Amino acid sequence: MLPLKEKDRPLAHKLLAAGCCARCVLRFCCVGTPSSYCQSYEDTSRELLAFVSDMGPKAQNDSSAEEQAEGPPSKKVKLGSCQSEGQANGEEPDSGVCVACLGVLQGFCSHDFSKKVSEAVKSEDYEFDNMVLFVSLPAQLSVREHACWLYVKKEVREKSLCLNKDDVIQVKEAFKWTLQGMLSQELAVPVVPKSQFEVGVGFVHPETDVDCHFLAGTCSDCFKPTKNKESVFTRMAVVKALEKISDDRFCREYPCPPQRVKTACASLDTTCLHVSVFVAGRYNKFSRSLPQTPWVIDGERRMESSVEELITQPLLAAFKADGFNFSSSGREDVDVRTLGNGRPFAVELLNPHRAKFNKMEVHLLQEEINQSSDKIRVRDVQIVTREAVAHMKEGEEEKTKSYSALIWTQKSIVQNDIEFISDIKELKVAQKTPLRVLHRRPLAVRQRLIHTMSTRYLDPHHFYLHLRTQAGTYIKEFVHGDFGRTKPNLGELMKTEVDILELDVESVDVDWPPAIPE
Amino acid sequence: MVALFLLKKKKMNKETSPISRPFSVVMETPERRDAPSVTDRYYTRWYKTDVKGKPREDHCILQHSNRICVITLAESHPILQKGRAVKSINYQISAGCSRLNNKVSGKSKRGGQFLTELAPLCRITCTDGVEYTIYSCIRGRLLEVNEDILAQPSILLEKPSTEGYIAVILPKFDESKRVTEGLLSRAEYEDVISKRATQQPELC
Repeated sequence: MLPLKEKDRPLAHKLLAAGCCARCVLRFCCVGTPSSYCQSYEDTSRELLAFVSDMGPKAQNDSSAEEQAEGPPSKKVKLGSCQSEGQANGEEPDSGVCVACLGVLQGFCSHDFSKKVSEAVKSEDYEFDNMVLFVSLPAQLSVREHACWLYVKKEVREKSLCLNKDDVIQVKEAFKWTLQGMLSQELAVPVVPKSQFEVGVGFVHPETDVDCHFLAGTCSDCFKPTKNKESVFTRMAVVKALEKISDDRFCREYPCPPQRVKTACASLDTTCLHVSVFVAGRYNKFSRSLPQTPWVIDGERRMESSVEELITQPLLAAFKADGFNFSSSGREDVDVRTLGNGRPFAVELLNPHRAKFNKMEVHLLQEEINQSSDKIRVRDVQIVTREAVAHMKEGEEEKTKSYSALIWTQKSIVQNDIEFISDIKELKVAQKTPLRVLHRRPLAVRQRLIHTMSTRYLDPHHFYLHLRTQAGTYIKEFVHGDFGRTKPNLGELMKTEVDILELDVESVDVDWPPAIPE
Repeated sequence: MVALFLLKKKKMNKETSPISRPFSVVMETPERRDAPSVTDRYYTRWYKTDVKGKPREDHCILQHSNRICVITLAESHPILQKGRAVKSINYQISAGCSRLNNKVSGKSKRGGQFLTELAPLCRITCTDGVEYTIYSCIRGRLLEVNEDILAQPSILLEKPSTEGYIAVILPKFDESKRVTEGLLSRAEYEDVISKRATQQPELC
């Protein structure tokens, strides 16, 4: 039994005559119980017709009312059509497609469609415990809805009733009510309002795309052409324009009720999307011939592998992800090792088909990465939230780093000659953008601090220099001076030509991600 | 079009010669640097001799693997010969143009003065009154001129190939391979020098 009342009858009659389907009638009658929409379309329309034919004398003003009073209901007010109107004008036979929902609440609220969607989801092989249904409807549905509402608004005002646009059930809501139950059964998971796994169904109706165009004339500032979007008539823009336009203006520009259509909506392919999963950790780099990211010039790979590939390959496979974004708290050159606790990194795994991993499984993944190569090592590997990744970028700008460098000196030195270096604290250096990166960075002068230094003498022409510096300090340029564009530099301080033979990162002083005891 | 340009730029990111070498090699001849210097590791030396027809006014262009070029005086340039001293350096090359006014902004270095091969960079006057013009030698955008040599001209004489550089120029991306076509390699330069020595004695 449909929860319809006496007062709904003239409304229902009017909408049916205009060409609305049974479910749209329920919507405009503000039927808010999901179960009412879950009956089959045939049952729903049968019950509605029965309700409508059970009419009193009030509706006899309407031309089609006479017909209805006489014959059996199924022949008279056919759903989605009004024979007297249509055929009297010599128009084409009625398609039966609803003028409000364009068929979305008719043919697509069926087991057939639900099966089509669930088969598509199953074929993509995702692991998920729940899902959210995302529905995309053509923008013109808002226009038609508005037209139907204005059409019945007159009717209810005459009967001194009130019908707020907000009380009318949205097409999208009704559609979800009918489809979600079926999908949930077929995929054996609950359909919830918020989930990490999203199934998208969409509809298009090219025949009525023009329905929106008149709004550009009435409300030009709502429709700004942007390069990216195909059409300027986006759902949001159309909704905005409808809010602005006056009822009178709308009725003048667009038929109320909307015109009938020949075809129903067509459905787009079902899409599946799982939100990104973030895996963080810290990496050590033990090789002096390993770039951080793949090194390819003119399509030719210049150096085998990369830190990024060694870390992400096992992750991509395990999470069955479509792609990744690798980022880290700063980076080092090809020929620089990263020692100590390592450098924080985070990998965003895009559209992972498998997202649930317990601590043990994540630990095994860490081991897999470590076994795969002796050039790198990872630790503290864990799944983190998107928000947490911001900590890592903080590290890049704000935190200190410490290094050890092997220095060559032109002049001969003794232990005493390098003692003074350990006494230098908070040394301010001004670094012009190093020439080696100037092709891709703006030309600027950077003020940086070298907090502390210490030395370890090796021989008359070599010593180890340890430094703790502010983030963003170019160590190599501090040593050799970069044509004098870093001042002061080690050569100036020692009053001799110096060069850097080896550089190691000893620590990246960021306390994220949290350490995981082995 | 934009995406392609950025893609190309990405390729040039890395330096081609790392600094690392086995430590044992380092220990063998510690006094004489047997390890290549910074310049040797990252830059290719190109030369232009007798620039603008002026005898021995040789320039050395240090080309980084990322295509940036540093203009310096070649060791055979008259200014660097024994007994010379620099009185002044002037970056005002004409009434309307001073290289000191050069300003670049952003990653694409917009606003930098565009130079052709014979564009003057600066004029150097020696204490004996002789004035020399230093030229760009390559086509490209001027990124910076060395202001340190204005304050301390002695750097130019002491370290002409490092701290005493004249200017930094960025050739156009498309022209980066062709920019050295009119220049001599180190070997060719040394050849020119040795030929000069045999032809006439060196002038002071």
